[in-house]
Amino acid sequence: MDEALWAFGRVSGFVSLALFTFSVLLGILNRSGRRLLVLPRFSISLLHRNIALLATVFLGLHVGSLLLDSYAKLNVIDVLVPFLGAYRPFWQGLGTVALDLVAAVVVTGLLRHRLGQRTFKAIHWLTYAMWPIALAHAIGNGTDGTGKWFLVLAVASVAAVGGAVIWRLSATFLETAKAREGGLR
Amino acid sequence: MTFRETAVPESTGWRAPVGTFLLFAAGTDAGYARHVDTFGPLDVDSVGPELISVLEASGLTGRGGAAFASWRKMAATAQSRPAGILAPRPVVIGNGAEGEPLSFKDKTLLAEAPHLVIDGLLAAARAVGGSQLYLYAGPSNFPALERAISERPAARGIRLAEAPDRFIAGEASAAVNAIATGSALPFDKRRRLSESGLKNRPTLVLNVETLAHIALIARYGAAWFRSVGSAVDPGTRLISVSGPGPDQVLEVAGNVSLGEVLYLSQIDMANVTAVLVGGYHGRWVKPLDYKLSISGPASHVVRPGAGVFHVLPAGYCGLETTAGIVDYLAGESARQCGPCMFGLPAMAGVLNRIAYRERDPRLVRELERLGRLVAGRGACHHPDGTIQLIGSALDVFSDEIKAHLAGTCTTVNGRAA
Amino acid sequence: MSRTLHIDWTKCDGRGLCTELLPGLLGRDDWGYPVARRGDRTDIAIGRDDAEAADEAIKLCPKLALRVVGGGAGSSGRPAGC
Ligand code: HEM
Ligand code: SF4
Ligand code: SF4
Repeated sequence: MDEALWAFGRVSGFVSLALFTFSVLLGILNRSGRRLLVLPRFSISLLHRNIALLATVFLGLHVGSLLLDSYAKLNVIDVLVPFLGAYRPFWQGLGTVALDLVAAVVVTGLLRHRLGQRTFKAIHWLTYAMWPIALAHAIGNGTDGTGKWFLVLAVASVAAVGGAVIWRLSATFLETAKAREGGLR
Repeated sequence: MTFRETAVPESTGWRAPVGTFLLFAAGTDAGYARHVDTFGPLDVDSVGPELISVLEASGLTGRGGAAFASWRKMAATAQSRPAGILAPRPVVIGNGAEGEPLSFKDKTLLAEAPHLVIDGLLAAARAVGGSQLYLYAGPSNFPALERAISERPAARGIRLAEAPDRFIAGEASAAVNAIATGSALPFDKRRRLSESGLKNRPTLVLNVETLAHIALIARYGAAWFRSVGSAVDPGTRLISVSGPGPDQVLEVAGNVSLGEVLYLSQIDMANVTAVLVGGYHGRWVKPLDYKLSISGPASHVVRPGAGVFHVLPAGYCGLETTAGIVDYLAGESARQCGPCMFGLPAMAGVLNRIAYRERDPRLVRELERLGRLVAGRGACHHPDGTIQLIGSALDVFSDEIKAHLAGTCTTVNGRAA
Repeated sequence: MSRTLHIDWTKCDGRGLCTELLPGLLGRDDWGYPVARRGDRTDIAIGRDDAEAADEAIKLCPKLALRVVGGGAGSSGRPAGC
């Protein structure tokens, strides 16, 4: 039984990370104001949100199954407060930090209309910290974290997110960048 | 319409003076004593909501530009006041910000007759049950205002707020924002200011000249005010006249004609290409028999706006002048609203190309297209005001445009080329 | 009681989600910002058919620049200057 939980915990962690990676990419695409092939902008926005929510569900499963698992020796405090755990406290602590950040980002994302744009955006910027932290946690803490196939995927997603961030910072990022350039002399 | 007289003159035994055009009657640098001597006392404490119906009878409209009926604004503010003793009471702001470079009548009024403005502010506040009073003005007016306020115990509650020297700083929501946050940017009005303005209180923003008129109407009544001007444009108004001669502030009848203004300012009609009425958000007109009015056919009537008259002398190119103004206006966009932030510079660019004789007939059409695109799309009136100015320039200077396109225009602002 | 869709121009960044959801009501200008195809351009009248899409646009606008102003004569609080 424990074996199964342990395996499920690992797999759900990877799924969650992969989904978060997609969500970050879609978030950046969303910010650019562009559509993706036939996908209209509002679909990208919805996809971004829904994939983030799905990723959060998998994150819950990941943590929940490891809480029940006796090998991981995880307790509720470790889940909420970083760097106290018994097993690889640093790497596990990173996972806890990422979890806290996700909770903050998702809750403020869902309450966006109530909180106002400023608060939402300020918290939402944390995603740029949360994603690398989660990745580091997966590499450092996971049993397969240093496995070859995982590292290949990790390098690929770092390249994708890194590329997206560089694009995000470039002058032509916005769909309307060109048209607006002329206006602001 | 029936005119109700205010109770104030009778109760104080003060007779309405024979004569009108009184805004500067107390003379330069009048202290409180001379002010009371000139205009008679105003028992502010006895003023109440009935002042609003007196103002309705007087037909006074705002002198800050939009010419909205003052009593309506006040009635809306008074009505928005929630019931209950702990309910927040309205805020009343006297708006003396004059970012418009061609306007100086409000600065002049604040310097010369601060006590009239203060009277008006106190009376308006009494009428709407307001509790927090502000005078929002440029720093150059502060010394005179501080002195005037210190002369009168009743005025001690009035707080001075500094208006930055930006074109848009006088917009009503910019005034509220400046007082609340120090940044004089207009904001999106999800609700009227009269419902929810400064600190979410009902907020009444009145131009300082409007307040000075209120001070006189509270004393002498609606019929007195209506004894000058016309039924639609009763009373007097201050105008700022600039152009070839010295800058002047004049008090004129509400329905004065353009010819009279030029005559009063001693400007020779023969030396006039066109007159910009209403300021940078106003309209160019050629000196025919236009009259000032807040309403009427555009062929005979020009809206006074904030009372700016700028005379373009003969030999000057109106297109170049307008292009310069629109450049300035584009730079004064508060850069909050996309269509204003991008549309105004785009229009300024096209107008400059026309003014500096690029001979492309499509430019005028492009300018008109941009105007139609941007109109009505901003949190404040800035884009629409700018579009109105450009529209009037295209209209009034159509001969010049033809000359520019044909390459035959010979004037280069002032110099014959 | 007609409902209007109010655009807060100080917030809108012209990302074009609303123009996709309400193509009959809104076009885009040279710079990407929404332009009402007819009528008032800041408080845009929404018919029955557009009501749902308008609500969706309000929910999805990335800048929270949209809201419905219920009933009344639209144009609630366009500034009168002073
Ligand atoms: C309920 C959950 C969420 C909602 C409703 C939501 C909504 C949004 C919205 C509306 C934007 C566009 C903001 C703008 O254009 O100013 C955005 C951007 C973004 N989101 Fe989310 N989001 C959610 C969760 C997440 C999560 C969990 C992540 C991280 C994995 C994430 C990463 C991003 C990123 C990277 C951007 C681009 C930000 C930028 O560069 O300005 N979001 N999101
Ligand atoms: S319309 Fe222009 S000036 Fe007015 S608030 Fe918007 S950006 Fe500022
Ligand atoms: S969705 Fe919002 S930000 Fe985008 S264009 Fe419409 S109102 Fe502007």
